[in-house]
Amino acid sequence: MKTFNYHVPKAVKEASKLASTSSAFLAGGMTTIPSLKLGLATYKDIIDIKSIKKLSGIKVSGKSVTIGATTKHAEVAASKEVQKAIPALAKLAGNIGDAQVRNRGTIGGSISNNDPSACYPSACMALNATIHTNSRKISASKFFTGMFETALKKGELVEAVEFEVPEKADYQKHPNPASRYAIIGVFVAKNKKEVNVAVTGAKSSVYIDKDLSKKLTSSFSSSSIEGIKLDHSEMNSDMHASSEYRANLVSLYAKKAVEAC
Amino acid sequence: MASLVGSRVERKEDGRFLQGKGRYTADINIANQTYAIFVRSPHARAKIKGVDTSKALKSSGVVGVLTGKEIAEDKIGGLIAGWAIRSEDGSEMKVPANPPLAKDVANFVGEPIAVVFAETLDEAKEGAEKVKVDYKILKAVVDPSDAMKSEAIHDGVDKNLCYDWLLGDRKAVDEAFAKADKIIKVDLINNRLVPNAMEPRACVVDYNTASEEITLYTTSQNPHLSRLVMSAFGGVAPENKLRVVAPDVGGGFGSKINVYNEEIVCSWASKKIERPIKWVAERTESFLTDTHGRDHVTHAELAVSNDGKFLGFKNETIANLGAYARVFGTVTPTYLFGPCATGVYTIPAAYSNVKAVYTNTAPVDAYRGAGRPEATYTIERLVEKAAMELGIDKTEIRMKNFPSEFPFKQTLVHTVDSGDYVAGLEKAKQMADYSGFEARRKKSEASGKLRGIGVSSYFEACGIAPSAAVMSLGCGVGLWESAEVRFNPTGQISVFTGAHSHGQSHDTTFAQIAADELGVPMENIDVVHGDTDKGTFGMGTYGSRSLTVGGIAIVNACKKIVAKGKRVAAKMLEVNEDEIEFKDGEFVALKSNKKKTIGEIAFACYLPGQRDEMKSPIPEGDEPGLIESSFFDPANFSFPAGSHICEVEIDPDTGNVKVEKYTAVDDFGRIVNPMIVEGQVHGGIAQGIGQALHENTQYDETGQLMTASYMDYTMPRADNFPEFNLGFTCTHATSNPLGVKGCGEAGAIASPPTVMNAVIDALGGQEISMPATAEKVWKACKTLKKSNAKAA
Repeated sequence: MKTFNYHVPKAVKEASKLASTSSAFLAGGMTTIPSLKLGLATYKDIIDIKSIKKLSGIKVSGKSVTIGATTKHAEVAASKEVQKAIPALAKLAGNIGDAQVRNRGTIGGSISNNDPSACYPSACMALNATIHTNSRKISASKFFTGMFETALKKGELVEAVEFEVPEKADYQKHPNPASRYAIIGVFVAKNKKEVNVAVTGAKSSVYIDKDLSKKLTSSFSSSSIEGIKLDHSEMNSDMHASSEYRANLVSLYAKKAVEAC
Repeated sequence: MASLVGSRVERKEDGRFLQGKGRYTADINIANQTYAIFVRSPHARAKIKGVDTSKALKSSGVVGVLTGKEIAEDKIGGLIAGWAIRSEDGSEMKVPANPPLAKDVANFVGEPIAVVFAETLDEAKEGAEKVKVDYKILKAVVDPSDAMKSEAIHDGVDKNLCYDWLLGDRKAVDEAFAKADKIIKVDLINNRLVPNAMEPRACVVDYNTASEEITLYTTSQNPHLSRLVMSAFGGVAPENKLRVVAPDVGGGFGSKINVYNEEIVCSWASKKIERPIKWVAERTESFLTDTHGRDHVTHAELAVSNDGKFLGFKNETIANLGAYARVFGTVTPTYLFGPCATGVYTIPAAYSNVKAVYTNTAPVDAYRGAGRPEATYTIERLVEKAAMELGIDKTEIRMKNFPSEFPFKQTLVHTVDSGDYVAGLEKAKQMADYSGFEARRKKSEASGKLRGIGVSSYFEACGIAPSAAVMSLGCGVGLWESAEVRFNPTGQISVFTGAHSHGQSHDTTFAQIAADELGVPMENIDVVHGDTDKGTFGMGTYGSRSLTVGGIAIVNACKKIVAKGKRVAAKMLEVNEDEIEFKDGEFVALKSNKKKTIGEIAFACYLPGQRDEMKSPIPEGDEPGLIESSFFDPANFSFPAGSHICEVEIDPDTGNVKVEKYTAVDDFGRIVNPMIVEGQVHGGIAQGIGQALHENTQYDETGQLMTASYMDYTMPRADNFPEFNLGFTCTHATSNPLGVKGCGEAGAIASPPTVMNAVIDALGGQEISMPATAEKVWKACKTLKKSNAKAA
């Protein structure tokens, strides 16, 4: 690991000021630390935001669930309020990685990294989440811009994620047998106005499957998407799963998610 | 006193391991040590045109940089193949030189080219980045099936062929096949595995400039053997100036048998730079450079009669050695594989032909089971397929071909001393509720799932001794084992063994047997291993040999202690030696009932005299002290055997395979500690299920390892397994006085075919290769659905 300056700001403003083109914000460090260790990434400054108190915590109102950026997966999974308001979200958090990862990894880190097979981005997309940063609010549909890419600008820091409370929702994933990341993950949310089927793992970045969402919006039952053949031409194909297999899994797990709603 | 052999004594090791008090090589630090980082080839095959170390030498904190040029100049020898195998035509095997640092050509990704020593680890890494190697990339040979048709990667090794070996009688096999009603054929790939010991390899070297002695702390399964190889072949130091210590070692599975490049280089270099050196592998280095396991491509045939008798067997295998032939690399696919490929059956005619090839991949060597899992997979797939094609129950066809008596003269090499294969399979059937399977299958079917059952009956030849036998087959050393039992004057006992525990619980098992022999509490016994300055000598631990060879050496040394104790007791109690009985730690004069405890005898042996009287307890012809040693060379290999039954349920929508039930019935002869043996079986089965369903080592066509981390290499985890249902039968081995048989590898030998037979049963007999991953199974389910639809 190359040497770097380690900063522990107490406030968001201070954190933002420290940021540069060769810096990284550090929360759980579940991606950043291994990248540093393997020499895949080098930074001049590491800005540890875990000491900024206001970035952590869960707030639930009737219409929304707001989770602070440095809130750990284990905290979301164990939150009685989240379990009550959006049980699918608590379930998703409780199945990320393993116990060690869940006790270090954070929601802000997960979405800022936008790993194509991370779980949280699908929840953001399906639940029409709003990403609160230190300078603006970004809707999830505009936040995830590509593989490991987001709309975040230099020095911009995710402060919280605000999810709409759906009528019903469920998340189903087919884990990669080696890493246990999602080979594919499907988040189905029946919101007031529409049904969103958000898919992670299948393509270069999370997306809403329009076909599945449309069919389920007109009739929210698994039979309405039974046997649907999805186009797999843009889907990932690697040693763990071919695009054809991924397409099969997406429609299958969408069905499972609807049935579990 | 109740016998400790046979009881579930808690492990003496657990206290330190569970509290994090283990002392592993990486835990050792020596004042003034430097840190080593190796510069490794990023290419699978490349000519090394030049190595420029000038920038690295100037890098901050760098103490030294050494390359293949310097090691060649110092005439340090390379890594060795421990077994010489002859081809069918009588020619000797072809083995290329394997220098510790590659000088002219690199032959696999990760092969060390140079080494940088620096004051800190980070400075060593920084320095290593500044070593510039000028490569000319050559086309890599990766696929073992193509190796013989590809350009030779080593000078003097035509067709990349190490040997073309035959065991058995082709003519007799041809005749048997001509008479057969049916020929059953399989084409199999035994997938390459990365051993993945929990503790990565490491070494710490301390050179004493005064005594000129090198102390090497290393992650080895066999420190004495490492010393021998480094001294005799490496020329690093004479044996008396080289101390090899393998402290706590966190798993080996065969991958820590070899003396590796890093140990040789660091030992040599420590003397050169006159500084201690520490090197600890990173996980990626483990993936790239630990010896891998398996990697066979096999075509095998079984000739059968319509009533299910086996008439003949043939096996044509290409074994991938990787880039170089290492210690057990050449014997694993020959004598550890070929003889066992006819399994537990009386087959009148058989042969195994193995072509071992070099490729630009990591060297392949022994991995838990070494050759015997590959053998069992071959025969047990054939047997299961024969049952299916002949319409005979899969257990019945096995029973039909089991030997009817013991000793069982197995077709190719071994004479199996004892066993009862029928009893094992009957017990497994009963424990697995074999007859209830159809009802469970129907239940699975009703919920849209496919359920299959698989059986495997195995035997294996382990212990890897007697020496005369293994040396006649080409082994470079005798594979006996030694022990020394030191009774201290105050009654505690140190048991020195040449075996090496890296997870096998020797501290406990060996203490149990010594305690029984000597009649003392096992708390008084310490088992000492892993240090060439302590034990006499030793061949180490692999091939399930610790108890059957090393344990017996301990028993024999204890018997010598008791024999001497009897003589001393007779003199002290003033009776004849034959009037003394030794029982429960006491020497009793039968007539007078006078007695001396073994502790009193030990005390007397060390203090042989008394005040005011010239009187010694030591009989004439004996010497003071109470230390005895033994070198044990058994009369035969050890032949554990058993039958395993597995049930899987497949979700045809996803292809996920769930192991629902796993029953193992094994015959390990007399069992010293059932708890430890069960642990060994659990681990072995877990590894076997890993091979069958999860693990796969994949190189791309350029020889880059695609599965070089846990992100891509699937290690099985606890939630992949059901609770294992274990049972035992017992026939005593006749080749050793305890009647024990090896148990360390059996689980990994029996389980891959058991699981695969179940998967293939669920898939209606469709062949599928290991690992049966979800996508492969999903595709097979689609084919099955189509063919079922057609049939309907």
